[in-house]
Amino acid sequence: MGRTLAEKVWDDHVVRRADGEPDLLFIDLHLLHEVTSPQAFDGLRQAGRPVRRLDLTIATEDHNTPTLDIDKPIADPVSRAQLETLRKNCAEFGVRLHPLGDVEQGVVHVVGPQLGLTQPGTTVVCGDSHTSTHGAFGALAFGIGTSQVEHVLATQTLPLARPRTMAITVEGELPDSVTAKDLILAIIARIGTGGGQGYILEYRGSAIEKLSMEARMTICNMSIEAGARAGMIAPDETTFAYLRGRDHAPQGEEWDTAVEYWKTLRTDDDAVFDAEVFIDGSELAPFVTWGTNPGQGAPLSANVPDPASYEDASERHAAEKALEYMGLTAGQPLREINVDTVFVGSCTNGRIEDLRNAASILDGRKVADGVRMLVVPGSVRVALQAVEEGLDKVFTAAGAEWRHAGCSMCLGMNPDQLAPGERSASTSNRNFEGRQGKGGRTHLVSPQVAAATAVLGHLASPADLSDVRTPAGV
Amino acid sequence: MEAFTTHTGRAVPLRRSNVDTDQIIPAHWLKKVTRDGFEDGLFEAWRKDENFVLNRPERKGASVLVAGPDFGTGSSREHAVWALQNYGFKAVISSRFADIFRGNSLKNGLLTVVLDQKVVDRIWEVTEADPTAEVTVDLEKRQVLSEGITADFELDENARWRLLNGLDDISLTLQNEADIVTYEAARPSHKPRTIDA
Ligand code: SF4
Repeated sequence: MGRTLAEKVWDDHVVRRADGEPDLLFIDLHLLHEVTSPQAFDGLRQAGRPVRRLDLTIATEDHNTPTLDIDKPIADPVSRAQLETLRKNCAEFGVRLHPLGDVEQGVVHVVGPQLGLTQPGTTVVCGDSHTSTHGAFGALAFGIGTSQVEHVLATQTLPLARPRTMAITVEGELPDSVTAKDLILAIIARIGTGGGQGYILEYRGSAIEKLSMEARMTICNMSIEAGARAGMIAPDETTFAYLRGRDHAPQGEEWDTAVEYWKTLRTDDDAVFDAEVFIDGSELAPFVTWGTNPGQGAPLSANVPDPASYEDASERHAAEKALEYMGLTAGQPLREINVDTVFVGSCTNGRIEDLRNAASILDGRKVADGVRMLVVPGSVRVALQAVEEGLDKVFTAAGAEWRHAGCSMCLGMNPDQLAPGERSASTSNRNFEGRQGKGGRTHLVSPQVAAATAVLGHLASPADLSDVRTPAGV
Repeated sequence: MEAFTTHTGRAVPLRRSNVDTDQIIPAHWLKKVTRDGFEDGLFEAWRKDENFVLNRPERKGASVLVAGPDFGTGSSREHAVWALQNYGFKAVISSRFADIFRGNSLKNGLLTVVLDQKVVDRIWEVTEADPTAEVTVDLEKRQVLSEGITADFELDENARWRLLNGLDDISLTLQNEADIVTYEAARPSHKPRTIDA
């Protein structure tokens, strides 16, 4: 019987297999950031162990970094201590680190792919749930806890039980207005936030094959919001073209050998998935969330649902609680929800293509009065590219704030936060209570919807904008 | 992880049941970036009372905690175990432990010993009457000894073997070092590297 993409990558990394024991898997790439690594390094120190494979380990600073005044000392002592600890640990153990101010600094899941470190058929781990992002390259990538971080640092392996596989097949042509973000929000709304539990998802089908690498990363990024451990997409010419020439991509003959191997990773025609979901891409529309988990979403043209319409008691209760927290009433059109803040950024939608998409809509337009818009590139490289293309000018001319790279308002560990009761349209991945600041209310949206929302001051798609562009441009 | 064979030390009789992990180490301590330095947070709220047993001068340097039933309930924070170890405890005795706490403690080399409440009562009496009385926890014989007390305890064979040999998950994996080396040697050279090594 044939094997799936996930099974092939898994099998290629088994160091040891024994009856009644989890497989011992080799880890090709270990990404570190400041929040989940301190106790792991401490454990190594106490046991007198070195980092086994410095050449497969890399660290960056992202969660706590400010997006303004980055040359000044960080005001919050807890944030500062976490960053200083990472620097100290990396220096002591010899780990490559890209700190605040470095040209390769940025959100860990943006940095790995842009350096060409994330490659098809590799295993990638990080003490961070959105490690699933890297699955867009056909890598098996998943988040781990601090004790596992220590385990990987010490042994470059992890004992793991093999998850099941689920195919999510998207066929049909996506309408022009539909982005990868809309697609993944629709998938999560369909299978639920627990729908992927225990599975590695494989996104496939003609609609997926047409997506760019950035769009594929947006999809795989949010696999975790569907409860899955990981999400993957088979590598193809799009993947190879993205990787070719990047800093850490194979060169010369090695490149040819690698591509040959990467091509073998596709799921075999006779492989069997443990579960399958089919989605007709042509039926999709721009999608936004109205509630407090990523599964509580609906097409932008819909109304806030009535909790009473849910048959399942716990879903009904969750919807009631969500509407109360979000300050919404059942039946209210989603398009009539006004926002105070628009956030474009994060490891979901903070890459260059996302900024281009947002800028193309803001070009020649203005952010509505009373709305603050933050544009936070996912990495310094993304920021530099955007400046080269003049996107920063488009944003500032429209009245948006152009910030320094980092996680920023995705989770509000740095000063970029919502005030209690404030409402955002955000291109990030989690709309949990208080995620963007205590009492803050989050609507997850695509970069295009974020930009249109910023212009109109209420949730909107670019199609709602047709008559407000001033011809000036930049 | 340090191997545990047998330990003898003075005791702290803690006559409280349902000591949850929030009481062992309050949440505000979780922002720390190390696995050590939690000793001052151990039972922080109770230690504000100078008569709390841990504050008594005669308990200084004690290393065996003898607690009431249902020790370690509540949140799963591993910090609770670290705090007890940082303070100097090598073993905790109780008639019942919360599952996650027990798992965490054995993973970190803190021996949690389950004894019948009647035996716990007697150890309390002995160590309260004579603070210099010692308690021995012998993992090889699976026995707790104190003045006039000999009590057997149970511990599953795998956990005992790991503790006796000081094996944590990482040590266990490193026993397969040869397999890892073999795998590494066969890894294709086109795989990415973060630095030249
Ligand atoms: S951008 Fe958000 S989701 Fe991504 S790593 Fe940072 S905090 Fe996590």
